[in-house]
Amino acid sequence: MVLRLEEQGHHHLLSHRSFVGLCLLPLAAVTVAFFLLPMARLLVTGAEGPQGLAGYVSILAEPRYRATLINTVLLAAATTVVTLVVATIAGIFLQRHRFPGRAVLIAMLTFPLAFPGVVVGFMIILLAGRQGLIGDISSLLAGERLVFAYSIYGLFLGYLYFSIPRVILTIMAAVQKLDPGLEEAARSLGAGPWAVQRDVVLPALAPAFVASGAIVFATAMGAFGTAFTLATNIDVLPMLIYTEFTLAANFATSAALSVGLGLITWVILALARSFSGSAVAAAG
Amino acid sequence: MSGPQGHGVSVRIGHCGKTFADGTHALEPASLDIARGETLVLLGPSGCGKTTMLRIIAGLEEPDEGGKVLFDGKDVTAIPIERRNVGMVFQSYALFPNMSVAENIGYGLRIRGIPATERAKRVAELVALTNITGLEHRRIDQLSGGQRQRVALARAVAIRPGILLLDEPLTALDAALRYRLRGELNRLLRALGITAIYVTHDQSEAMELGDRIVVMRKGAIAQIGSPREIYFEPKDRFVAEFIGAANIVEASLDDGHLILPGGRQAIAGGTSQPAVVAMIRPESIGIVDVEAAPLRGQVESVSFVGDRQRVVVVGASPKPLTVDAPNTIQVDAGDRVGLSIASKAVRLLPPEA
Repeated sequence: MVLRLEEQGHHHLLSHRSFVGLCLLPLAAVTVAFFLLPMARLLVTGAEGPQGLAGYVSILAEPRYRATLINTVLLAAATTVVTLVVATIAGIFLQRHRFPGRAVLIAMLTFPLAFPGVVVGFMIILLAGRQGLIGDISSLLAGERLVFAYSIYGLFLGYLYFSIPRVILTIMAAVQKLDPGLEEAARSLGAGPWAVQRDVVLPALAPAFVASGAIVFATAMGAFGTAFTLATNIDVLPMLIYTEFTLAANFATSAALSVGLGLITWVILALARSFSGSAVAAAG
Repeated sequence: MSGPQGHGVSVRIGHCGKTFADGTHALEPASLDIARGETLVLLGPSGCGKTTMLRIIAGLEEPDEGGKVLFDGKDVTAIPIERRNVGMVFQSYALFPNMSVAENIGYGLRIRGIPATERAKRVAELVALTNITGLEHRRIDQLSGGQRQRVALARAVAIRPGILLLDEPLTALDAALRYRLRGELNRLLRALGITAIYVTHDQSEAMELGDRIVVMRKGAIAQIGSPREIYFEPKDRFVAEFIGAANIVEASLDDGHLILPGGRQAIAGGTSQPAVVAMIRPESIGIVDVEAAPLRGQVESVSFVGDRQRVVVVGASPKPLTVDAPNTIQVDAGDRVGLSIASKAVRLLPPEA
């Protein structure tokens, strides 16, 4: 009697497990078909060039590749830092103050969220291109047309335009969740406005900085549409991969560069996360 | 040893009202004097304006035009909270999650530029005073509610504030802990000799902690007095019912006696009036032999609550009377009982405005 009950229970457990397994099957199939197999193929392709496995080493060894890599990382880092600074100031202000037109302004901020890189690039050309607004103004004022849309500076501006609205919204949500008592407590203890920001507000927003900063960084590392719209000779990694792949038909190098791009982004984000995590732990 | 000494200021609130931007009157213009070292409790239901009053004193809200806040006679109305030298304890405690217990307590001292060694000494004093020894290096999320409450108090007191402001500091705790910490807080406030303003909606907390209690209602002060005055001599029906339990009796008055369905009840210094409102506390009604009593009724229900039994008597007064009887007497639902009430224990209240 007891034994039979146990058997029944066992049987029930097994069927429950196999049911869960059944549910996971579609996910497993998609993961294998669209993620693991192409990734494996990419890894193999990277080592199939004339240099073999040394193809991976050339990402760092070849001066042109290395320079592009450093350029891309610097661009992505600069985009992340400037985006966080601008979006934090704007986000805190927008969340804390009520003024006429605030709702319209926030609605307008979400407007460019859906724009593809091509449209962002187009807008940068309208702003800083050969017929651009900045060129018109600078030629009027200084007698010289200022044109920087087709360079890495134009790309930098495009990435800022693309990233700032996203981060502002994240920061606003994080600010809304802050206990206003924290700031009031700090003030009651004698902290002036700057000290309150330094000791209370910014540390409390740190998780939002890490999360939104990671997305900005990764996007700036890999975005292609904006760069492609602006110019084909901007030295960033996605453009290099594109030219190696389509123009030079250098499959092995473009595969190795792709793997490198993914790996470097992943490592930098992991470092940033562990650093900010330990910073929070040390402060706490 | 430089122990905690009294360093309170006296506070004068002159004609402070508060109207919010949307036009709501949170506080009618009110004036109040708080003596150096006094513990004043602002008591009332939610939305009565007690927290607004506290925030005006703190400097977190500006009073409407014409309102003034004075510390030791000095006008501080225009001075922001960070320069008022006030200690604040919040209902949410508002401890800084990115700092340890010791860093939280020492924060106000750090802002004041006090050197680390002196700071550590003061923090150690407060850790001992508030009974949290051993927790100095904990993170805030590793503390229990009661421990957080103590850290919040230690942090507020560390800066030797002129006045300590406490906004429902025990409300977030469970009943047993609340009761214990209330006693501890009371001893601490007496030991520090600091001026303190304590906001609560809990009348038993107010009774135990307050030298004086300000009962507030709908943005206005209903009554100011010692706990005894507020309890025994409430000015109106609202105060009577908000503080403790109260039987409110509406009846006519004939030659110093309330005329009730169950008989006549003498009152002190009474005359004759067609309609009066009287208050009788449940514990001032005695249950006596039915034959000899001037006031009689029938027991509707008896609830035994341990230290006493709560007896509800119908038929004596227009509405059922609640009686706190000793836990030793034997009464059952349905019994006819006599009620004995001292004439002094009946308090006439002004009719409702």
